Amino acid sequence: MPTLRSHILISGDPVSLARGAEAIKGAVESELAYYALTDEVAVALSGNLRLAPEQLPAAVIYPDDVTYGPITLNDVPLIVSEHLYKGRIVDALQITTKPLTGAIVRVPAREGALFAQQRVVLARAGIINPESIEDYVAHDGYAALGHALTRMTPAQVVQEITDAGLQGRGGAGFPVGKKLNLVAKAPGEEKFVLCNADESEPGTFKDRLIIEGDPHSVLEGMLLAGYAIGARVGYIYIRGEYHLARERLEQAIRQARAMGLLGEGIFATDFTFDIHVHSGAGAYICGEESALIESFEGKRGEPRIRPPFPTTVGVWGRPTAVNNVESLANLPPIVKNGASWYRSIGTAKCPGTKVYTMLGDVNVTGLIEVPMGTTLRTVIEVYGGGMKQGKPFKLAQTGGSAGAIIDASFLDVPMDFAELAARGGGLGSGALLIAGPDTCVVDLAHVLLRFFASESCGKCVPCRIGTTRAKEILARLADARATLDDIHQLERIANNMQAAAFCGLGQAAAVPILTGLRFFRNEFVAHAEQHCLAGVCPMRGEPPAAKRRFGRKELATAA
Amino acid sequence: MANKDLVARLTDINKRIGYIPRGEVEKLAKELCLPAAKVFGAATFYSLFSTRPRGAHVVRFCQDAPCHVAGGRAVLDAIRTTLGLEPGQTSPDGRWTFEMTSCIGVCGVGPVIMVDDDVFGNVNPERVREILKNKN
Repeated sequence: MPTLRSHILISGDPVSLARGAEAIKGAVESELAYYALTDEVAVALSGNLRLAPEQLPAAVIYPDDVTYGPITLNDVPLIVSEHLYKGRIVDALQITTKPLTGAIVRVPAREGALFAQQRVVLARAGIINPESIEDYVAHDGYAALGHALTRMTPAQVVQEITDAGLQGRGGAGFPVGKKLNLVAKAPGEEKFVLCNADESEPGTFKDRLIIEGDPHSVLEGMLLAGYAIGARVGYIYIRGEYHLARERLEQAIRQARAMGLLGEGIFATDFTFDIHVHSGAGAYICGEESALIESFEGKRGEPRIRPPFPTTVGVWGRPTAVNNVESLANLPPIVKNGASWYRSIGTAKCPGTKVYTMLGDVNVTGLIEVPMGTTLRTVIEVYGGGMKQGKPFKLAQTGGSAGAIIDASFLDVPMDFAELAARGGGLGSGALLIAGPDTCVVDLAHVLLRFFASESCGKCVPCRIGTTRAKEILARLADARATLDDIHQLERIANNMQAAAFCGLGQAAAVPILTGLRFFRNEFVAHAEQHCLAGVCPMRGEPPAAKRRFGRKELATAA
Repeated sequence: MANKDLVARLTDINKRIGYIPRGEVEKLAKELCLPAAKVFGAATFYSLFSTRPRGAHVVRFCQDAPCHVAGGRAVLDAIRTTLGLEPGQTSPDGRWTFEMTSCIGVCGVGPVIMVDDDVFGNVNPERVREILKNKN
């Protein structure tokens, strides 16, 4: 085996990819071939390198810890010939930054140029080559698994995760330790770990970047969960649109098998575990755990009646622990560093970090990982680099399409599952859509309900008919064809969906309507009176002549 | 009644032929010992599958909120006018199919369009026209 002396990582985040990062990777490879360095220098497309967008695409060279950016195809020959062939750092292309002292310093790649984040799940993403198991092991990878298999009983692993207070990161926030305990205690010889990587929540792409940046962390989390519940097989259900993530997972599984980290007798114990990847075929509903199991079994992805929950009757009727990618990626650090360490991060009720995807009217969009309890204001001002064009903040939607629409009164609330829920909001999957005054709440709600109406699986009436009727009312509001009565009707439909829908999809579809009405009722009322306050909606329709059954005052106070 | 390979097999057919024809549904049903209705049910449930022939190039526009807020409406109009197609339609010459899609998970660079397997982020009406012209 040739000995690699250097690694060069090209930033592979969406911004870099849009600016031709893959072509740069190809150019680096052909330059390396020209200098006959192919056996000495490894090239990889990495995840997010924690750099500001104007510094992308960038390249990091290890072990030298040097970051170049923004680079173009024309810079590649210089970097390869100077740095990798002759060993001289190309100062002109290095990323520099000005700290408070005003001095210009170079940016150590391991720290990045963006404001420091506290990273647990993404600790390695952007630092290691995601296609190398050796890199993962060199950064303490599989240490937690070794520790658990040789020094802990399965019950102790469950206890450690329970004590850590980890809550499911897919959106619902169900305690992970409790779930593992339920599966461990469920009767039956055969049990499964099912990793939910069907990340379809609009605005959410954290799981994709966790997998693309550090696939082995997900595998190690599944191994730990498998050991804890007594499973021998784990499955990853990944959405059909995620090609690169699937390739990375499959490669990681092959590497782990070759190293004996998957298969029989792992770490010379009698623990046996293997992992298989299964691709979805495009359906939002399959993110719901029982629909995911149905789809995994080869059927239409329609949710099952619960109870029984998957913890007792899951894949092929066996007890199954269904966990989100981010939840699983939290397990290795918890097992390795202990529950009390984990509890030192985040808030008392919701320990740990949260990976957010920032979107909309902020200067920097993308992925961040910060402790639970970080406020929205901090996210916008520090990590998001402020509002775009200095616009004032109007609203945010937290948790993707199924999330709550919240107003400026939430800016200083410490964000975690408990705090937001107590105030009528919700953390959800961690998407933060931030919008300024030129976004119309009615238009936003209309787009969201169009989404739910098209993704409703049609199994239950409240969701199938409710989402469509709500969408129609919102379309009328946006087109100046609605009355105040329609708003009342919209609210009734939403309440009914929330109370009676069969699964989380229909219940969640009501959330943006109800929270939108709670915080921005005046805008809905204005639309019923043929005004769009943000000037976004077409408002082309003829005002309807329908009788008003409710006065404006009455509607404004009805909750 | 289920077969765990059903979705994977449909994926293969969809990739090989470009859509899932009626005949293939019946063939697969026989092979997997499933009622044809079950197979057809799965074939029509998932958005990556089509049961009708599609054009040589499939253009998908993300219609979800993050892309919408980032200026998706103008992009949608640009695709409509450039291709002369409404969402769900295939051009008579069989070159183009235009579909709406849900989030494809690259919201950091919205608005986003997908042409066949390629994803294009940060698009605006001019870039849409350019991308589509280059495919021609």
